[in-house]
Amino acid sequence: MNKLFSSAEEAIRDVREGSMIAVGGFFAAGVPRTLLQALIAKGVKDLTIACGSGPLLGASELMAELVENQQIRKVIDSYALPRSMSKGLEDPFEQQVRAGRIELEVIPMGTLAEKYRAAGAGIPAFYSPTGVGSILERESITNIADNVVPKETRVIDGKEYVLEHALRPDIALVHAYMGDSEGNLRYRKTARNFNHVMATAGKITIAEVEHLVEPGEIDSDDIHTPGIFVQRVVQVPRLTYQCGIA
Amino acid sequence: MKRFEGLPRDIIALRVSQEIQEGAYVNLGIGIPTLVGNWILGRDIFLQSEIGMLKTGPLAEGDEYDQDLINASCQPVTELPGTAYFDICDSFAMIRGGHVDVTVMGAFQVSKAGDFASWSNPERGLGQVGNIGGSMDLAVGAERLFIAMEHTTRKGAPKIVEELTYPATGMGKVSLIFTDLAVIEVSGDGLILKEVYPGLSAEDIQSVTEPTLILSPDLKEIAL
Repeated sequence: MNKLFSSAEEAIRDVREGSMIAVGGFFAAGVPRTLLQALIAKGVKDLTIACGSGPLLGASELMAELVENQQIRKVIDSYALPRSMSKGLEDPFEQQVRAGRIELEVIPMGTLAEKYRAAGAGIPAFYSPTGVGSILERESITNIADNVVPKETRVIDGKEYVLEHALRPDIALVHAYMGDSEGNLRYRKTARNFNHVMATAGKITIAEVEHLVEPGEIDSDDIHTPGIFVQRVVQVPRLTYQCGIA
Repeated sequence: MKRFEGLPRDIIALRVSQEIQEGAYVNLGIGIPTLVGNWILGRDIFLQSEIGMLKTGPLAEGDEYDQDLINASCQPVTELPGTAYFDICDSFAMIRGGHVDVTVMGAFQVSKAGDFASWSNPERGLGQVGNIGGSMDLAVGAERLFIAMEHTTRKGAPKIVEELTYPATGMGKVSLIFTDLAVIEVSGDGLILKEVYPGLSAEDIQSVTEPTLILSPDLKEIAL
């Protein structure tokens, strides 16, 4: 089986308007920057970008382009806004959120991780202790009032839990250090973060890899994401970037 | 409102570090908590970083810099012998599953009951939305939860309050509060003032704290 695509543009060619696209990465580390650049070049609109922890803060230059192109309808994330109030006021994404032109739904990081895990593992929903005692035990958190959804809770063994649903993206874009033509992936250091679980969750998972190798070259004991979760692979250059968030 | 000069941020972090026992697995939040990492070098303490790293090393300097190796505050860090990397679900199994011994976080407010608010600042004018990050998961899973913060806002308003007025992160979970002015323990009877900044009195601390403080029988000056 050959899952190899010749370019990032080719790998994302059939991404449709209105899709939900999961984007791997945790702030600056492990963000599929080349696939995002291809998405920007394609200009496909009305996207819901499902994140884990601020990959678009970590790759803010790409976020600025996505916002400028008006490609985003909604962002789902645990940490999407600049830390400081003053930097936030200058941030093009936050400006759109303030104006109500882009929706931001905020979900705790561990809950978000588990929502992707559940989607990939065939679990429709689960109970979590996270958020009990906060707004999140009553309703979802979004800047668009009409889209607030009430939450269900349940007492199990005398403790309260919140019902959380699986989150299944149409497309998952992930970044790996190494991959082969059959979709086996290996990540490097903290650039793994959300990439593995998003690969399991995507209806179609597209992996950009810095090093493309032959099947067998990644030791079978060292494969982090088995190829069954990955539909497309594209080799990309190792881009350099500065770490740090506004 | 009254304001007192107290410990600088890195010295608050030093005081926090003294309260962490050897052999502990510890998660440090953004801000003053991150600085605790500078004071535990050489000790038998394991830093868990929610990005997916255990035994996180010191901040990277010079050619140690590696763009694939950052902590949860997006700072380049280093690895140590025995460092482990893992995916985000394993990371939150550690956090939510109660495997982390000590969690240190910053806060906008802490209440008498040990509730705290850290993720949404109403003054920012963003309505309901803010940056939750891993804070709510850390709060529910914490074995011992320490808050490290300034005692008052920049305008001098108390951050230790009767009831939260900011949106809650976690309820009844805080065990110790470390500020630039004091160390306060959260107990079933109320807040116990244990240590004060040298030169300040219990009355001084009370004047910038909303709930009535119980004075510890061995109340003393913060010693480092």
